[in-house]
Amino acid sequence: MLINIVLNGKKITREIEPDLLLIDFVRKEGCFSVKRGCETSNCGLCTVFLNDKPVLSCSLLAARADGQQVTTLEGLQEEAAEFGAFIADQGAEQCGFCNPGFIMNALALFRENPEPGEEEIKEYLAGNLCRCSGYEGQLRGILNFLAWKKDKKRGVSL
Amino acid sequence: MKIVNQPLRKKDAMQLVTGQPVYMDDIAPANCLVVKLLRSPHANAIVTSINTAIAAKVPGIEAIYTWEDVDQDARRFTCAGQTYPEPSPYDRLLLDRHVRFVGDPVAIVAGETEKAVDKALSLIKVQYEILEPILDFHQSLDNKILIHPEDNWESLCPVGADNKRNLCAHDECGAGDIEAVLADCDVVIDRVYHTKAVQQTMMETFRTFCTIDTYGRLNVVSSTQIVFHCRRIIANALHIPQTKIRVSKPRIGGGFGAKQTSITEIYPAFVTWMTKKPSKLIFSREESMIASTPRHEMEVHVRVGAMNDGKIRAIDVYTLSNTGAYGEHGPTTVGLSGHKSIPLYRTESYRFVSDVVYTNRMSAGAYRGYGATQGLFAVESAVNELAAKLDIDPIELREMNIAREGDMMPAYYDSWNTSSALDRCLKRVREMSRWDEKYPVRDMGNGKVRSLGIGMSMQGSSIPFVDVGSATLKVNDDGFYTLIIGSADMGTGCDTVLAQIAAEVLECEYDDVTVFGADTDVSPYDSGSYASSTTYLTGKAVEICAQKLRGKICALGAQLLGCSADEVVFDGRCVTRTQPAADGKNSIALADIATASMCGNSVALEETVTKSSPVSPPPYMVGVAEVEVDLLTGQAEVIEFNAVVDCGTPINPNLARVQAEGGILQGIGMALMENITYTPEGRVVENSLMQYKIPSRVDIGHIHVEFESSYEGTGPFGAKSIGEVVINTPGPAIAHAIYNATGHRYYELPITPEQIVMPEK
Repeated sequence: MLINIVLNGKKITREIEPDLLLIDFVRKEGCFSVKRGCETSNCGLCTVFLNDKPVLSCSLLAARADGQQVTTLEGLQEEAAEFGAFIADQGAEQCGFCNPGFIMNALALFRENPEPGEEEIKEYLAGNLCRCSGYEGQLRGILNFLAWKKDKKRGVSL
Repeated sequence: MKIVNQPLRKKDAMQLVTGQPVYMDDIAPANCLVVKLLRSPHANAIVTSINTAIAAKVPGIEAIYTWEDVDQDARRFTCAGQTYPEPSPYDRLLLDRHVRFVGDPVAIVAGETEKAVDKALSLIKVQYEILEPILDFHQSLDNKILIHPEDNWESLCPVGADNKRNLCAHDECGAGDIEAVLADCDVVIDRVYHTKAVQQTMMETFRTFCTIDTYGRLNVVSSTQIVFHCRRIIANALHIPQTKIRVSKPRIGGGFGAKQTSITEIYPAFVTWMTKKPSKLIFSREESMIASTPRHEMEVHVRVGAMNDGKIRAIDVYTLSNTGAYGEHGPTTVGLSGHKSIPLYRTESYRFVSDVVYTNRMSAGAYRGYGATQGLFAVESAVNELAAKLDIDPIELREMNIAREGDMMPAYYDSWNTSSALDRCLKRVREMSRWDEKYPVRDMGNGKVRSLGIGMSMQGSSIPFVDVGSATLKVNDDGFYTLIIGSADMGTGCDTVLAQIAAEVLECEYDDVTVFGADTDVSPYDSGSYASSTTYLTGKAVEICAQKLRGKICALGAQLLGCSADEVVFDGRCVTRTQPAADGKNSIALADIATASMCGNSVALEETVTKSSPVSPPPYMVGVAEVEVDLLTGQAEVIEFNAVVDCGTPINPNLARVQAEGGILQGIGMALMENITYTPEGRVVENSLMQYKIPSRVDIGHIHVEFESSYEGTGPFGAKSIGEVVINTPGPAIAHAIYNATGHRYYELPITPEQIVMPEK
């Protein structure tokens, strides 16, 4: 079947098998940041945006994205680097394999709720598993990033 | 120190957080054949017939291999990544007619697409002669059912193995008359503890791709901690010379010991060697749960004898370990259950006896902690019970009895305790956890109670007289350095830590050291990243290597300045004469030396150093869990975990801390939620992340880690290991806290809400 997708801002038309999953579609298009960590929608590694909302691309048919906008970390490089630097400053990226999905979902959180509290952060990101970090370093990175954002907004120079 | 002990960013950090394609499946050629395995549905069976004719007709299928393609009388091998001759028995074939657990491979299928391969897998017809399995490890030793009856089973090392008894290893050691001392004690705690075959659950599953290179050699790119061992294992499995094989690793999506065993490599290696076409095998999460290399299930019988005044006099440990269908890491993991638990205490006498047995379950393997985790759960739990029986504060009891710096540790292979801040760790954790105020339990008035519990831990730093750490350093144009290593950064940050050590010695900027690793064709030999060896051992090799390279820079610099090497000094930027020269040519910049080394030069500006250690200095740790237990539902949650670690000098405090935080949460998972159960037929029930629950970020309150550093003279800049010691305290600390909350002692992990509400009598 033929589908039209706006992938990271670029309109593409592709002939696909009807049972192709979105994760396999975007990886085939070179979006290798999207990772598979399980087959049961538990790990959050494959998170992408469908029309700016985070979804698990392992649980969505590519055909369902027909006519819609799909964004992966490849399309959010600036934001990823800006926020990711705070994770890196904690050493909390560790093996890095869960990072793209985690960062996608964190960016979705910041868009939805620019000043989330600790419990809101934990709850929103509960579906993003990480086996290396124990989550503490990720939390420190997020809180530091939010504080930096807040200061920046206030026009405070660091 | 300018660079060592600084919280620098990992060298690969920004690439990882921006999602760059650096992992195995991101860089595998697009035309790789997809390789998958047909797995046995039976726990113990002989393949009587296998029909692949129909499956082979599926369009796109390239090859199907069965036991008929593998010489059943050929030499067997082990998939354990260990130094040759491996203590793990040679008990595997690439494909064995005798399948020994549910999930054991029966056929290898390679095809152009995943769909074609899946279809072919469903069309292979196999008939089995089903044999009675042994699933309970208590029933294995001297059972009439033999897991490995074959005559070409082989044990290369004297580990007490005997396949005709289902015995993978047996050992006994001790000091003093244990029975006499125990009989003379006022109190003896005598308990049996049980831990299960929990999974490492790294986020990237097992995976490998293979190609044939320019020279017709097999080029293996794998998510592995052990490139050099992999090369030998593949050669053993395929019965081809090692000359024909190159193994390298890209970025690894986590390992935790799982990738210290060659789980996937041999299958695509075989496919590519036979077909000469690129191929890849990526395990599904299900395969990673049912046919991998989890922690050894162990039953640990502990007897701790003490006097009424709190003096611990003797510790007796007997461990029964379940290695499953194959013996990977079986003979070695069990040793740590005694040798890295008993030496925490000064005792008059100890005894440690162990048996490792085969069963028809998936093979166990290496998992962070490597047997120490199981032993420390048992011994530390017994010491907590002893404290209660003697009515002595558990921290005070430990302060009375711990081994201290300068002690001889008989149970730790008769080694000296050369560096220990364990006493300071205990003191600090008492303050951090507000022990005096909160211990043992507080009623929160809402049906919930909050309680504290404690556990101590030790590990080693490399395997003495065995592990090899190596480093090559070379000077490039402009005077920057390349550090080439054979150890594997699996997210731990060893590339960064090793570069910090090099930069400190070379007095250069951290960014002036680039790192390459690991590739068997390029890297100097290194055993690999396991056994808590990389920072301590490879780190020491880097330190010595950098010092030697300084000597070479001075030699060439002096030559260019027209003097001898003992007349110059190097400050990281320039080689300078100690006495002013008559011609005024006093100094030459490193960049100029580097440039000169590339023209008319006979001094190689590079150095390789290999290091082994006669000792394995233990890092130490104390952990205190604060657990909130809902007495109505049995829900137990760790709201605070306070830990103090002595890893010697933390080379990178950020990375050391994250190692500790991550290890602690893995330990919490093992204590409270990660469970492995089998059906009566021998099938793993928890075969996905849906059933096998690892902690998410809402399952934990906060983890606080601090360091109390001793200085280990044999380590680089005083460092010891950090990677494994950190997983061992949650088990005993949480079991202790739950006892303080409920009054019921738990001798098995995990401790589930059901068991808390309805404890076995």
